[in-house]
Amino acid sequence: MAGCRFFAGYPMLPFTELLEALARRMPSAGGVCMNAESEIEAVNMALGAGAAGARSATGSCGQGIALMQEAIAEAALNEVPFVVFNMARGQQDYFQATRGGGWGDYRTLCLAPKDVAEAVEHTQLLFHLADLYRAPVTMYGDYLISHTYMSVDVEPLSLGALPPKDWALDGSLGGTGRSRQIWTWAMGKADNPGPGPDLHWQHIATKFEEMARAEQRSESFSCEDADTVIVSFGTAAPFVEQVVGELRDKGTRVGCFRPITLWPFPESALAEAARNASRVLVFEVNAGQMIDDVRLSIGGRIPVVPVGRVSIDFSGMRQGEILSVGWIRDRVTDLIAQGALT
Amino acid sequence: MTTPPVPAGRKVAEALAPLQISGEHHLCPGCGHPVAWRLMLEAISDLDLQRRAIGVVGHGCYTNIVSLADIDFLQCLHGRAPAVATGIKRVRPGAAVFTIQGDGDVASEGLAEVLHAAARGERITTIMLNNGVFGDTGGQMTAASVLGQRTKTSLDGRDPGDHGYPVPVAELVAALPGAVYVARGAVNNAGSIAKTKRYIKRAFELSAAGEGFTFVEVLTMCPTGWFLPTLEGPGYIEDTFEKTFPIGALKGS
Amino acid sequence: MSETVVSRGTVTIDTERCKGCELCITACRPGVLSMSEAGNATGYRFPLLSPGCTACRACRDVCPDYCFEVFRFDTPVSE
Repeated sequence: MAGCRFFAGYPMLPFTELLEALARRMPSAGGVCMNAESEIEAVNMALGAGAAGARSATGSCGQGIALMQEAIAEAALNEVPFVVFNMARGQQDYFQATRGGGWGDYRTLCLAPKDVAEAVEHTQLLFHLADLYRAPVTMYGDYLISHTYMSVDVEPLSLGALPPKDWALDGSLGGTGRSRQIWTWAMGKADNPGPGPDLHWQHIATKFEEMARAEQRSESFSCEDADTVIVSFGTAAPFVEQVVGELRDKGTRVGCFRPITLWPFPESALAEAARNASRVLVFEVNAGQMIDDVRLSIGGRIPVVPVGRVSIDFSGMRQGEILSVGWIRDRVTDLIAQGALT
Repeated sequence: MTTPPVPAGRKVAEALAPLQISGEHHLCPGCGHPVAWRLMLEAISDLDLQRRAIGVVGHGCYTNIVSLADIDFLQCLHGRAPAVATGIKRVRPGAAVFTIQGDGDVASEGLAEVLHAAARGERITTIMLNNGVFGDTGGQMTAASVLGQRTKTSLDGRDPGDHGYPVPVAELVAALPGAVYVARGAVNNAGSIAKTKRYIKRAFELSAAGEGFTFVEVLTMCPTGWFLPTLEGPGYIEDTFEKTFPIGALKGS
Repeated sequence: MSETVVSRGTVTIDTERCKGCELCITACRPGVLSMSEAGNATGYRFPLLSPGCTACRACRDVCPDYCFEVFRFDTPVSE
């Protein structure tokens, strides 16, 4: 539906189902799905397809995404669009998704859907944003998203016009004096020099600054008079929403805030949501990663306190025991009962 | 420019290759890569592929062709060109897609990529410029450096006990059914240059026609990396490299 | 007194682009190229052509710096 015509991946749970589904579907859609021989090859194939002008994607989970870092950075710096579906094994890849492990001054836009329905919307949005900004973009999904069946209303979103891909390589301008070039160093041709690495990478940095300003997304519930705001992302958020609903029913003034873009992190929206609060709690199923961005947003005005911790199930593939409404509610209730927190 | 008076006659050879924008480059005196560049551009022009050609170029001194030739190019990560080329070719099957890489790029960093592309029979051509060194970084040993070869990381000569044996990439590729044409040439003398031009042209012709994966390894001189005067470069290929890497058509015709 | 030599062709040489590698000297089949004493603007010596060129193009084929154009005469010339 988003017009993706090239997908390459390497099997790795919990991403494998996505690869298998596309292996079944792509040929009838007139596209190509490659079971690549490594994650490194998969992402470089996706880069090639994107450079040739196709809507292109790859994916993996944390360990495989780690192998793809060089190519993601390369695409950010040579302006090739594609989408990376990180079906993470839980929430422990937030740093990887938002800081990136590649080289150079680049950022990677990352959308974190809370459920399958939102993931379907985000898929369309990601292909659109990749083309709009000529950059690789990512989805932070996880085991729950890739292994949950949900009825969804599959509507094509109307996302606006995109510039033509006149930069895409197709060979057609060879010998005309106007042949195309995709190169992180942007050296251009001997008779038509390009900007070179300095000016080109400054341009890239400026582009990501524009993206940071324009593409922050978030949602919040019952924060206006909340004394405590709980921040969570991805599939953890519906659990936190449930907790907030239950505590509100008991008269506790709590609200919840969910960054939808992990990068650019919606700093001002979070600061606004917490403006009447006396504390911010951060529920994430990891050793504390998103909490860094929450602290940056709050700026030391009020305490920011972690609620979650590392928690993996016995298979090592998905979130563990703390992803439960009861666990979260009890922990939040205890923290609020403790009063002033540092 | 010295221009002697020319009695009636005709030009039989241009200085620049077809599709070449400029002959100015900063590669070393006596380097073999620019000769290989010329053969590739002549092959593309002879086969009338310039309006279909997309080149994927790895990292090395040879990367400069991206600025010097008037065809579509993508400069990619070290070793990954065959994977990138696969993505391009799969979405643009009508394009004539090829890679240009060095021995460091292919035999060292990218051995998996080239073997997998060959095994899959991707309809692309890989040209591997083999001078047995990482030239662009100053002349270190690669997986294709030959025994006894002195490099910055094998100053006493490549020793099998310490450094193992050179990887014969052309032979490995030829063993895979998806590879339909494999050859090894050299640019150290006019005779080898002529043969190598034929190998490269045949390789492009077959992949562009969709026959399968084609591969040409080209032995090129790197007198700088070999600690030799320029005049001894061609002889080093003949006396040393060709003993380990014999030239000729290895597979297909 | 020098002998007259038959030239079947000639070359033009971009002496400023030359990097003095001398591969053309070895490649030239009739042996009519020799290196100058003078250097070009970069300091490299460059090839000079003597009579006897056969327009075989070997110099152009081996030159890494694209210095040679090669011409064949309609009628060989005595020089």
